Amino acid sequence: MIVADKKPVEEIIGYVRDCKKVLVLSCNECVTVCEAGGKKEAGMLASALRMYFANQGIADAQVDERTLERQCDQEYLEEIRDIADQYDAIVSVACGVGVQFTAEKYHSIPVFPGVNTCFMGVTEHRGLWTERCQGCGQCILAYTGGICPVARCAKRLFNGPCGGSSNGKCEINKDLDCAWQLIIDRLIAIDRLDLYEKLFDIKDWSTDRAGGPRKVEREDVQI
Amino acid sequence: MRLTYPTSFRIVRVPCSGTVDVKHILRALEKGADGVCVIGCMEGECQYKTGNLRARKRVEQVQRLLNAIGVDGERAQMYNLSSSDGPLFAKYAEDMDERIRKLGPNPMKHKTKPAA
Amino acid sequence: MSVKTPSKMEKIMAAGHLGVTSECGPPRGSDPEVIKEKAELLKGCVDAINVTDNQTSVVRTSSLATCIHLKLMGLEPILQMVTRDRNRIALQSDVLGAASFDIHNILCLSGDHQSFGDHPQGQNVHDLDSMQLAWAVRKMRDEGTFLGGNEIKRPPEMFVGAAANPFADPFEIRVPRLAKKIEAGVEFIQTQCIYNIDKFEEWVRQARDRGLTEKCYIMAGVTPFKSAGMAKYMKNRVPGMDVPDDVVKRMSDTPKGKQSEEGLNICVETIQRLKEVEGVAGFHIMAIEWEEKVSEIVERAGLLPRPEIN
Repeated sequence: MIVADKKPVEEIIGYVRDCKKVLVLSCNECVTVCEAGGKKEAGMLASALRMYFANQGIADAQVDERTLERQCDQEYLEEIRDIADQYDAIVSVACGVGVQFTAEKYHSIPVFPGVNTCFMGVTEHRGLWTERCQGCGQCILAYTGGICPVARCAKRLFNGPCGGSSNGKCEINKDLDCAWQLIIDRLIAIDRLDLYEKLFDIKDWSTDRAGGPRKVEREDVQI
Repeated sequence: MRLTYPTSFRIVRVPCSGTVDVKHILRALEKGADGVCVIGCMEGECQYKTGNLRARKRVEQVQRLLNAIGVDGERAQMYNLSSSDGPLFAKYAEDMDERIRKLGPNPMKHKTKPAA
Repeated sequence: MSVKTPSKMEKIMAAGHLGVTSECGPPRGSDPEVIKEKAELLKGCVDAINVTDNQTSVVRTSSLATCIHLKLMGLEPILQMVTRDRNRIALQSDVLGAASFDIHNILCLSGDHQSFGDHPQGQNVHDLDSMQLAWAVRKMRDEGTFLGGNEIKRPPEMFVGAAANPFADPFEIRVPRLAKKIEAGVEFIQTQCIYNIDKFEEWVRQARDRGLTEKCYIMAGVTPFKSAGMAKYMKNRVPGMDVPDDVVKRMSDTPKGKQSEEGLNICVETIQRLKEVEGVAGFHIMAIEWEEKVSEIVERAGLLPRPEIN
């Protein structure tokens, strides 16, 4: 899933302090799972904003909340078509994708981000999410024991660990696993350490963000 | 025991302090409560193991949020109490009442109109 | 091993002599005198001088510019290049730039992570890794083409090196990793500072068993301790460093005024012992901000005079 983290409420107040009617728009997908921008978090944010306005003596401010199934799909975003116009601003607590798609679909309404979108990752346990994929566009996991050096090595090295790998940890942080230690452990476990000996070709980064904004176009499913 | 505690208290009974969410506390404050105190079982004695620990973290979250929007975070408090300890309950209630009186009325009182 | 480039250090090691290199860290400013003073201290006692490339991710005068200063002084530089700060376009361009000044040695590195340096909020590049850079330079030299396939007019003639840490984890791939570097085209290796001699000898033995010492010159890295504090720091704080307890003890048992002398003794003893190890082709002496002691170390270790080779 896409993992996000809450923005400080002070920052969000900075965006909307001059607005009279604000819609806090949450998303039922990834940001709900990572507890950054689901229905619950939107409720908290909306409540905090209402109290902020009241405390400032702005009695006529109105802050509403609404949750969409997803903000990255048109049909769900259409659900607020009838009400969107009445707001001075939308705070989207979806990931950056949701914020942008909302802004795109509601062209004349300011849309502000309510979370910091961080990475694609997993829930290791409640309250701890870690990165797994950077979407480089050409998956090499078949050769690296199912562990990605692009996403999980601080230097995204393709041919083994740097000299800073120590006791299985990365040199930049003792709490961070060395991706190459994980890869080697896994290659040993599946009895494929021979894969390590093969020199990795220079990567074609044109399918990564280096190649500019990307798209996937599938004619077989287009009508 | 015939103990007295401040009449300012409204008691909301919940099965476990762990069922009290951040949103509930915020909503009470938003609607004009001068303070919210969550009283859970003694730490280590939760029937559901971690309910009271979660409650404490949520109260702390509310405190941070209130401070961030310019409302005194002290308006939310967490206490731990054994269910048979009436005198201590009365004392905590006095404490809370005194603390809130020092802060004065909730600045949001009668100003907010929570969303429908 | 046959000589493939005009590199003096390559010729010296190919002739069977032990090679000796040291290093010169460029200054955190633009004063060329600092470079010249440091380099002057190394004149005559080493075959080539590594010039670090923004080491520990701290901004300094560029490695290439500093190499040119050394070259103009008649010294032989080793251009260190990290893949942290440049993509394949910039790397190849700098290789050509160095080649245009007839700089004949390059050391390919991934570089310390920028979080260690003075710009921890910066972006890193890592378009290639260190092995891929070595491969790229070999391709430029041997095939006379860029990575993109176009022909290079007057290709670089560079002796290609890399670093190796015989003590780094994971244990299982210490030697396979060396094999992979050599397969990528690495012709000389400079190792991490060696204090655990037994462990290093075991690594060289395994490399020898795989025939790797026949394909690549292994230069043993040494760094003299200036004090017991430095020994402890290296042991506890520097990632991937293996300093055995008895070495730390030897330093801390020495009275304060004599610790630097003892540090030099340890360094000289290490070189003398490793000179006898089959598969060790030379020494890389990293006297960190202590360049004035390199000549003493080289002399006491019996590595003087340096061979004259044209």
